[in-house]
Amino acid sequence: MAGLATTLGSGAMTNSMEEVFKSKVLLVIGSNTTWNHPVFGSLLKRAVKQNGVKLIVCDPRRIDLVDFADIWLRHRNGSDVALLSGLQHIILRDNLEAADYIRERTEGFQDYKKSIDFFTPERVQKLSGVPVEDLEAAARLYATAGVGALYYCMGITQHSHGVDNVKSCVNLQLITGNIGVEGGGVNPLRGQNNVQGACDMGGLPNVFTGYQPVTNPAAVEKFSKYWNVPLSDRVGLTLTQMIPECGKKIHAIYILGENPMVSDPNLHHVEESLRKLDLLVVQDIFLTETAKMAHVVLPGVSFAEKLGTFTNTERRVQLSNPAIRPTGNVRQDYEIIADLALRFGQEFPRAPESLFQEIRDLTPSYAGLTYERIREVGIPWPCPTEDHPGTRFLHAGKFARGLALLTPVTYSPPAEETDEEYDLVLSTGRILEHFHTGSMTRRSQILDAAVKNGHVELHPEDAKKRGISDGDMVTVATRRGRIETSAMLTDRVDRGSIFIPFHFAEAAANMLTNDALDPIAKIPEFKVCAARLERIAVAALEQK
Amino acid sequence: MHLTIDGRVVEAVPGQTVLEAARAAGIYIPALCYHPKTGKAGRCRACVVEVEGLRGLKESCALLVKDGMVVRTDTPKVLQTRRMIVELLLSEGHHNCISCQSNADCELQEMAYHLGIERPSYLVESLPTPKDMSSGGIVRDSDKCIQCGRCVVACQHGVVNQVLSFAYRGSHAQVVCDDDQPMGESTCVQCGECVQVCPVGALVLKQPLENKIRPHETTATKVTCPYCGVGCQIDLHTKDNRYAFAMAHEGQWDRQPNKGMLCVKGRFGLDYIDSPDRLRSPLVRKKGKLEKASWDEALDVVAKGLKAIQEKHGPDAVGFFTSAKVSNEENYALQRFGRALIGTNNIDHCARL
Ligand code: SF4
Ligand code: SF4
Ligand code: SF4
Ligand code: FES
Repeated sequence: MAGLATTLGSGAMTNSMEEVFKSKVLLVIGSNTTWNHPVFGSLLKRAVKQNGVKLIVCDPRRIDLVDFADIWLRHRNGSDVALLSGLQHIILRDNLEAADYIRERTEGFQDYKKSIDFFTPERVQKLSGVPVEDLEAAARLYATAGVGALYYCMGITQHSHGVDNVKSCVNLQLITGNIGVEGGGVNPLRGQNNVQGACDMGGLPNVFTGYQPVTNPAAVEKFSKYWNVPLSDRVGLTLTQMIPECGKKIHAIYILGENPMVSDPNLHHVEESLRKLDLLVVQDIFLTETAKMAHVVLPGVSFAEKLGTFTNTERRVQLSNPAIRPTGNVRQDYEIIADLALRFGQEFPRAPESLFQEIRDLTPSYAGLTYERIREVGIPWPCPTEDHPGTRFLHAGKFARGLALLTPVTYSPPAEETDEEYDLVLSTGRILEHFHTGSMTRRSQILDAAVKNGHVELHPEDAKKRGISDGDMVTVATRRGRIETSAMLTDRVDRGSIFIPFHFAEAAANMLTNDALDPIAKIPEFKVCAARLERIAVAALEQK
Repeated sequence: MHLTIDGRVVEAVPGQTVLEAARAAGIYIPALCYHPKTGKAGRCRACVVEVEGLRGLKESCALLVKDGMVVRTDTPKVLQTRRMIVELLLSEGHHNCISCQSNADCELQEMAYHLGIERPSYLVESLPTPKDMSSGGIVRDSDKCIQCGRCVVACQHGVVNQVLSFAYRGSHAQVVCDDDQPMGESTCVQCGECVQVCPVGALVLKQPLENKIRPHETTATKVTCPYCGVGCQIDLHTKDNRYAFAMAHEGQWDRQPNKGMLCVKGRFGLDYIDSPDRLRSPLVRKKGKLEKASWDEALDVVAKGLKAIQEKHGPDAVGFFTSAKVSNEENYALQRFGRALIGTNNIDHCARL
């Protein structure tokens, strides 16, 4: 969430989910909420239907939320910056911006404004495919309805210019005075149950827990004193930087509970890279595609066997309890790490609550949280002291960095555009019934039965041109690879676009995707790349 | 403020209903159509009480408390009304508790039990309607439906999936999916909220039914959903140290992130914890193949390997991927290990992805 951190000084969802009922207007972009965050999707729909909250949906696909929207902007894949900046252009042109707020709480307005001049409605129509009238209507609604909240998800961040996308979101919220107020905010919906926590806990190459920079001497001193060892103040490599360095700079990788073999873009490359390691250690509950390549596999336990805290998308720290006892020769994940630490001469705590105590000691935003306080209902950080109620929305009165920065943005087209050979825009994502790499949902009876195999969403007209009927086997090819899957004919996707869910290892969509990286956030381009789709002749299938 | 219920002085807060105040004080008043999540519906009259100074019977689920109110839940008139309601419902449906999945977890049964009703005094003969087994996760038994309407409100206004509604009129009135489709062919997304609020056995989960596990045999533990970032609070029901089924945690539901709801993944996606594919032993690669090993052996290979690489190429030749799936405590421990004991900041997680 680099985009958010640089402009606001903090990378988390600014407001809470239940605040949708306090909003007057919601803008949802790049989030298929009812599939990816279904329960929050229900809250959204409730706010719209029962509280009269207005809804603007921006999405290239006709997602279910469109049925609840006052305005649907069907922008082209990869044109988010143009779309969001186009809305801002109109707001500024018509003097609908929150002038006092901009003056008192932001900086950089002049340079920012200059960059927005470029995004005239006519130009944005050309870049995004959204008609000028719709842009005008959406901008007016958003700027005049009252307090507005912006929600986004992977559709915004998974682009080669994801950071620009996020900055455009922040800019919109700043010029409309919607950050630091109840019912407003810039709200990235987190895709996995503890992404927020993994970041909070320093699972990042540049920060310790609570976003304390490893380049800050005071932070280094504090942690090195507490852990009783000298520490490095060099920023480390990100995951997507480490993979290509395997066998060069990187010789060992230790992976806890992840399956980059399926989740990473341009899969061939990941497999090749991991093979070059002298030591690959995977700690997981299944023999995932990645674990199969490991030198050592360490069996941990599932969420249902452990006590510990998880931090949800709205920064709420919640306690999860063990429901079953582990069976077999497995160990608690924290025990495995402690066992290793012992071999390096240090004693790590062997109880979750003692580890949590260390977290509290080292992390001001978690300092006031105790297991006792969050046993029944979780509390959102920052929570600096034990009598602090927690923080539902951030930046009330003041930003973490003082004034919020309005950043100039420039439009750049997606890293890969269609041509004659690769004539379709491919995007990837999740479906309702499955999750991430499928290692959990595909081992669940009912979910597996609901959707057994992967598929590609294809517009009926594009299908007709290629002589494809619903359910036919097809090949999808990009410049990086090809997969076989079945066609699902639906007008959820626009003409010229296809969509593939990425949960299915045997037809891994990520074999096809682009590894052009966002220059700052290092998020691979998942959403857009150029592809070709063909029907597999029946004869060819029978031969198999 | 205070009110008196059955001679007991009970504390209440303004805006509360008599039913809520009574329940908060542990006094039993049945309610078939009212549910905290779906609100009052005024359909069943199971909750009626007598109030001093007010004429007739009052529905306690809709009656707001007043200071000094005197309420009785046990007068002959009240009990007579409740009895009639239960008798009628029992006689109209096929309530064979012995084989019902909701036995001992049924609000109608509980009501009959409180009233001492053993069998309905009259029976309406009717042929059983086949159960709707078409959905992957939910079984519908319309013969047990008491038309309380909770499921309709929950589906329409709670989760806003807009599948269930009442169709047909009078004695033919029925809860239907879309235009009376089988559930499995309807637009139902299997969130299971209707099952969660159904007071009887008309909507039940298929998995425990097939595995012959009834709710009263299970232990519920509050866990956080392992899937998306909403962080739904789930009561994970287990029996004999195995997964049985999942319900949304309803304790303080209005203060929880999920407000007592779940989606299909949280509802039906947790049985992987018992999957035969679960790793049950450490593995170490020997002659190119992963083989079972002891913990000591596996951990020694890891420690020696890391030390050798650390010595030969320096600490920054090692990388760690922490996880968006494990707890804060475990993420903390691994980054501490990487930073403090290996000496590198090559630490990242898959959340960018
Ligand atoms: S499972 Fe959910 S969507 Fe399906 S009928 Fe029940 S409440 Fe509605
Ligand atoms: S199915 Fe259950 S919740 Fe729905 S109306 Fe019938 S008894 Fe009530
Ligand atoms: S139940 Fe569904 S919405 Fe809730 S956390 Fe799990 S996956 Fe997310
Ligand atoms: S519970 Fe009060 S009328 Fe049904």
